[in-house]
Amino acid sequence: MGLIFEDGNLSAFAEGFLRTIELSALSALFSLLLGFVLAAFRVSPVPVLRYFGTAWVTVFRNTPLTLLFFAVTFMLPSLNVHIDSFTAAVIALSAYTGSFICEVVRAGINTVPLGQAEAARSLGMGFGQTLGLVVLPQATRSVISPLGSVFIALPRNSAIAGAFNVPELFSFQKVLSEEAYDIFAIFFWIALAYLAISFSINAVFSILERRMAVAR
Amino acid sequence: MSTRTASVLYDVPGPRARARNLTLGLLGLAGIAGLLWYVISSFADAGQFDPLLWSPFEYTAVQQRFVDGALDTLKAFGLAAIGSLVLGSLLAVGRLSDHFPVRIVSTVVVQFFRAMPLVIMIFALYRAAFGAQPMWALVIGLALYNGAVQAEIIRSGINAVPHGQAEAAYALGLRKTQVMAIVLIPQAVRSMLPAIIGQLVVTLKDTSLGYIITYPELLNQMRLVASNSDGYPYIPVVLVGAPIYIGMCLALDGLARWIESRSRRGASRRSTTAA
Repeated sequence: MGLIFEDGNLSAFAEGFLRTIELSALSALFSLLLGFVLAAFRVSPVPVLRYFGTAWVTVFRNTPLTLLFFAVTFMLPSLNVHIDSFTAAVIALSAYTGSFICEVVRAGINTVPLGQAEAARSLGMGFGQTLGLVVLPQATRSVISPLGSVFIALPRNSAIAGAFNVPELFSFQKVLSEEAYDIFAIFFWIALAYLAISFSINAVFSILERRMAVAR
Repeated sequence: MSTRTASVLYDVPGPRARARNLTLGLLGLAGIAGLLWYVISSFADAGQFDPLLWSPFEYTAVQQRFVDGALDTLKAFGLAAIGSLVLGSLLAVGRLSDHFPVRIVSTVVVQFFRAMPLVIMIFALYRAAFGAQPMWALVIGLALYNGAVQAEIIRSGINAVPHGQAEAAYALGLRKTQVMAIVLIPQAVRSMLPAIIGQLVVTLKDTSLGYIITYPELLNQMRLVASNSDGYPYIPVVLVGAPIYIGMCLALDGLARWIESRSRRGASRRSTTAA
């Protein structure tokens, strides 16, 4: 268990930990934006946008995340697009997670009572106003708990980035196990880090859920 | 369902709204076409449609690699699916047990494996015990993680079975194990089948993590084909391999939807007879 305090492992561990958090936070932000836009597409009055949203979600929900990382890492260089592996990881994670958020938000839109949208329309609001001012704010509240499980899965999924040259927690595990440290001791520390991350996200979301709960 | 909600968000379009929607639709179409054109032309500019890059797919050895990869993916998936369902039922029953130690142990196991990244676990198993047989590291890792998730699904299914079912079974003199195995679990599994199959789709997708521990599943075979052919045809390989994955997942997803629609029909039929 003491390996973490030897040979500067602690700083590598801390760096990996921060990189995991940075990667997850950036992907969370972009996937949230993407998810809301896609959800708006999927309920919009314009058929083309609806089909686009459906196609996007179908493709990205059913593609393994490892394959997405593989595609971003190896396809872009063959197109002479050179981005660093961290940006590539953010792109892959956001595209994947965004499609899940889209489905969660769409399910949330379905939970808002029909009368709300009808009342908004009878006041003369258009699609953008009905969705943006009346339906989405209410949907957001009922969406918090499923959104929480998507965001708890995000740092876990981000571990795959370690296999594609991003120096985060999984690559810390890989490097140390190649330096022949005891795998169980490494696993102990990595497990501790991920448990800490997922419990803090869990705590944040249960606070949010309590504060934003609606009495229906 | 979605069409009803979609139509409730906006009025039935009049002539002006129809014109506007048409314009937006055409703009959107143009945007999407432009995007596709940009992607395809940058593929073409980089010479990705060069016949040389696509010629490997004509070799039977390469085709065989894809078939083997898909079969190995399905093999790992099958074993992991069985393992996760068995483990999931045991853990679900454990979390509902009358004995405090059993309950606490199952709860800790479920929470721990749900919070652990699968890659970390599979890699640790690979390094610790299964260096020579990466398949078992993959299968055991998948079974532990998905078993924990399935346990939560099955548990919520058991909790959703009406109390009267268990009470009636006890009144008939069945034992605890019998009530659970004969009465509660079958009904829970039936009602949660769509969610269970949904999690199986996740299991199927996660078999691609075998790539990281050199298990020769589909993604790993794709990498081998791409890195061993002239010109490193990564793009053609992804364009061929991704639809295979998507097809397999959609097939499972379709099964879940079919079961869901069937069970809903069954439920409504029952309720009409009761009423």
